Amino acid sequence: MAFTLYSLIQAVILCVNAVAVLHEERFLSKIGWGVDQSIGGFGDEPGIKVQLMNLVRSVRTVMRVPLIAVNSVCIVLLLLFG
Amino acid sequence: MDLPQHGYRASAKPRARAGPHTGDPLLFADTSSAAPPMNNQGYYTPGYSIGGAPVGGPADAGVNNLFADPMASAAMMYGSSLANQGKEIVNKEISRYVSVNKLKYFFAVDSKYVMKKLLLLVFPYTHQDWEVRYHRDTPLTPRHDVNADDLYIPSMAFITYILLAGMALGIQKRFSPEVLGLCASTALVWVVIEVLVMLLCLYILSVHSDLSIFDLFAYSGYKYVGMIFTVLGGLLFGSDGYFVALTWSSCALMFFIVRSLKMKILSSLSHDSMGAGATAKPRLRLYITVATAAFQPIIIYWLTSHLVR
Repeated sequence: MAFTLYSLIQAVILCVNAVAVLHEERFLSKIGWGVDQSIGGFGDEPGIKVQLMNLVRSVRTVMRVPLIAVNSVCIVLLLLFG
Repeated sequence: MDLPQHGYRASAKPRARAGPHTGDPLLFADTSSAAPPMNNQGYYTPGYSIGGAPVGGPADAGVNNLFADPMASAAMMYGSSLANQGKEIVNKEISRYVSVNKLKYFFAVDSKYVMKKLLLLVFPYTHQDWEVRYHRDTPLTPRHDVNADDLYIPSMAFITYILLAGMALGIQKRFSPEVLGLCASTALVWVVIEVLVMLLCLYILSVHSDLSIFDLFAYSGYKYVGMIFTVLGGLLFGSDGYFVALTWSSCALMFFIVRSLKMKILSSLSHDSMGAGATAKPRLRLYITVATAAFQPIIIYWLTSHLVR
């Protein structure tokens, strides 16, 4: 597997897009990963599932606007240069 | 500021005209000497003192040469001001993303530390004390503590690995300059992937260790030393030497990673010792440490096997 830096950037963009596409009320709540189900115990050690749900929610909140820009740039570049 | 522009315009014209003939005094007399005379004199004196000290006898000839070539001195002044501006801009931009002080800690090494660390990476079995020593809350620099991690060895080993890969491919007559770039970016991408996966695992398991992202890059970059050792063994002693060197460096690197990360990841348990919830945590942290260690031989084999066939 010979990687270039460009393929790493592509893989990261695809993964972040995949996380950003998960809809809150249509999908995440149905499988028990919604925002209202993460405020569980108040101990200082949140479990793995709570950390994952927090990660998904924060990625969706933070990366929404930059992803618009990055995806537009990617689309233009792929259209121009294949 | 019109002074640098003046110097730029003055230096542009003699450069355009100086193409065919360099020694004509009439070409140089007018334009550059009319430009900033004060700045030129300011730059003559350091040139004189630099040229005067090593060259004892013909110091007069050196000064006369500088005086007779104002185009070169004007160009030097413009170039140095441009370099200063560029340096300031680069420093400002870099310090916005990466804290330079934290990075300087990782490059504060000396040759004794490098020797000891390289010996430790190849033969870590006799080392007793793996604790990172502290000095009033801050970890000691690598100069004073052999257990501290640095970024000097990984970066140097990365470049050496690329050169060795080029040499190995050249010996087998499979070399071309694109392969060098491909090899370099492949190795770099695997390290970046490993660091990202480690960060993800450390976050998900809420391991509150003091491992920063530079520490993770350092521990991932130590595998380049193992890769160099393996490729050297393969080049010098053929296929058998390759497998012997691969086994040796894999075991040494696995031992090194487990002992080093055990101090950092598993010892943070003592700060938050809860009764009930602590049973699952040490096991998962042990899994992370062992998985990191087990990943090293795989990646060493993957990145070096195509070089030694």
